[in-house]
Amino acid sequence: MVARRLTKRFGDFVAVDAIDLEIGRGESYGLLGPNGAGKTSTMRMIACMSPVSGGTLRVLGMDPAHDGSRIRSRIGIVPQEDTLDLELTVLDNLMVYGRYFDLPRRVIRERAEQLLDFTQLSDRAHDKVDPLSGGMKRRLTIARSLISNPEILILDEPTTGLDPQARHLLWDRLYRLKQQGVTQVITTHYMDEAEQLCDRLAVMDNGRFAAEGSPSELIAQYSTREVLELRFRDPDTDTEAVATAVGALAERFEALPDRLLLYTDDGEATLTEAHRLGVRPDSALVRRSTLEDVFLRLTGRSLVD
Amino acid sequence: MTMTTRAGALAGSDRARRFGSSPPWVRSMRYWMYQYKRTWRGSITTSFLYPVLYLTALGLGFGSLVKTPVGGVRYLDFLAPGLLASTAMQIGGNEAMYPVMAAIKWLRTYFAMLATPLTVVDVLVGHLAWIAVRLLMVTSIYLAIMAAFGTVHSFLAILAIPVGMLTGLAFAAPIAAFAAAQQNDTGFSAIYRFGLIPLFLFSGTFFPITLLPGWLQPVAQATPLYHGVALCRSLVGGHVGLAGAAAHLGYLVGLTALGFVLALRSYRRRLVT
Repeated sequence: MVARRLTKRFGDFVAVDAIDLEIGRGESYGLLGPNGAGKTSTMRMIACMSPVSGGTLRVLGMDPAHDGSRIRSRIGIVPQEDTLDLELTVLDNLMVYGRYFDLPRRVIRERAEQLLDFTQLSDRAHDKVDPLSGGMKRRLTIARSLISNPEILILDEPTTGLDPQARHLLWDRLYRLKQQGVTQVITTHYMDEAEQLCDRLAVMDNGRFAAEGSPSELIAQYSTREVLELRFRDPDTDTEAVATAVGALAERFEALPDRLLLYTDDGEATLTEAHRLGVRPDSALVRRSTLEDVFLRLTGRSLVD
Repeated sequence: MTMTTRAGALAGSDRARRFGSSPPWVRSMRYWMYQYKRTWRGSITTSFLYPVLYLTALGLGFGSLVKTPVGGVRYLDFLAPGLLASTAMQIGGNEAMYPVMAAIKWLRTYFAMLATPLTVVDVLVGHLAWIAVRLLMVTSIYLAIMAAFGTVHSFLAILAIPVGMLTGLAFAAPIAAFAAAQQNDTGFSAIYRFGLIPLFLFSGTFFPITLLPGWLQPVAQATPLYHGVALCRSLVGGHVGLAGAAAHLGYLVGLTALGFVLALRSYRRRLVT
């Protein structure tokens, strides 16, 4: 899958602004970014569900503008909002969807049985979808997207709104699919999810790629190895002033109302230094840098919408 | 089920896949058939019940008060073919309103279809084809009940089935175009109030439009239901004129075609962004 200067415009609004993207066979690729960053628009173009406004896009070597149908027959799509038929049974949802791909009934029935087993829904096969839990519906949507044995799986926020058990089950299933060679493109708000699932990821902001790389590369490039968090219980503490005093100890610092974050390669050493300079936080925490730190650095802390 | 077999089943491309063994619009029509599995009993019962109720109450009951022939025939014979066409209009209109809104907003079925090899044309043609199947069911049952009431006087009456279907589609296609442009279902009550119900009452189903005030007659003649009713009536009564039939057919085919073009535009605007 290759995109060059891929652009999506809605009227005057530029949702995706000339991004370059290359995803190899069998790779798991993540798109991170705040709401409205252009993730879903990018995904819908890649999924050949939304026409490209500018640039070039090739999926499986074909042009979505001409071969959208052929491409879609080889990809599985898990949309952000479920599009299940709530009034049909679990099995009928798979049957109907498989028939869209023109698969014979017998083939769909065999695969449905395997997929319901795979997503732990076998005992609900003949129940209507409506009363199922959010996690079950999401699993069914994933099972449905696999009915055509896709080479590429496109997942738009697959685990948003799910409880931890359901998330872990889904991660496990997606990991197995990856091992089987299915290419995955995933958008998510969860940094732990991105870290778990993605070989490579891009942080999107305002329709552009703010950064791209493997999770460890991004942490190495945009954060430090460790973060020292100094916490102050007294709400009147001027963290900015403290920052002026000890900021130089760290590569980068961030003063929040009740906390001072010091980005450093050795948190303990920095803490000792800070103590020596007379800083007395109520508590101090040394932790490893995460993708979340990278994300917040690249896209800012303020709410987008 | 072990993962080794799943791995085999899932890895790589699906060699068994073949294109075109059934046309794409047939595949999208199948969805509506699956949906219908849930409600077919009630729907078929209604299709039998309504003609019996209407023909009994209005044709036999009220009709017994009408002593003079209407349009040259007894009132039951005048009314029945008009009701067949009116029923087709109602079915065509209904099926193009709430189900279209559901497929866009409530269940998002159209979007599920568009995530597969199906295209917007397949989605629209499949839905209209399903509406045609429903119309076939309803008009066939209607004609059978008319025969049981003894109001079928010509073999040409069998053609009232395709004409009824066409009448239904002449409403379904433009209404689908309207429905796909709506943000919610409030507009639909306007369609009933200012469209389907006045047409049902004043398009010549219950009385000849020659009884309308002079200025209203051309208005009634311009409505699609008038053409469906008139054509069905002439076929069932066995007094069809070629030129008149061609004009009625031309009107209904033209409106269906126009509705289809508008619906395709409206679907594209709504579904492909």
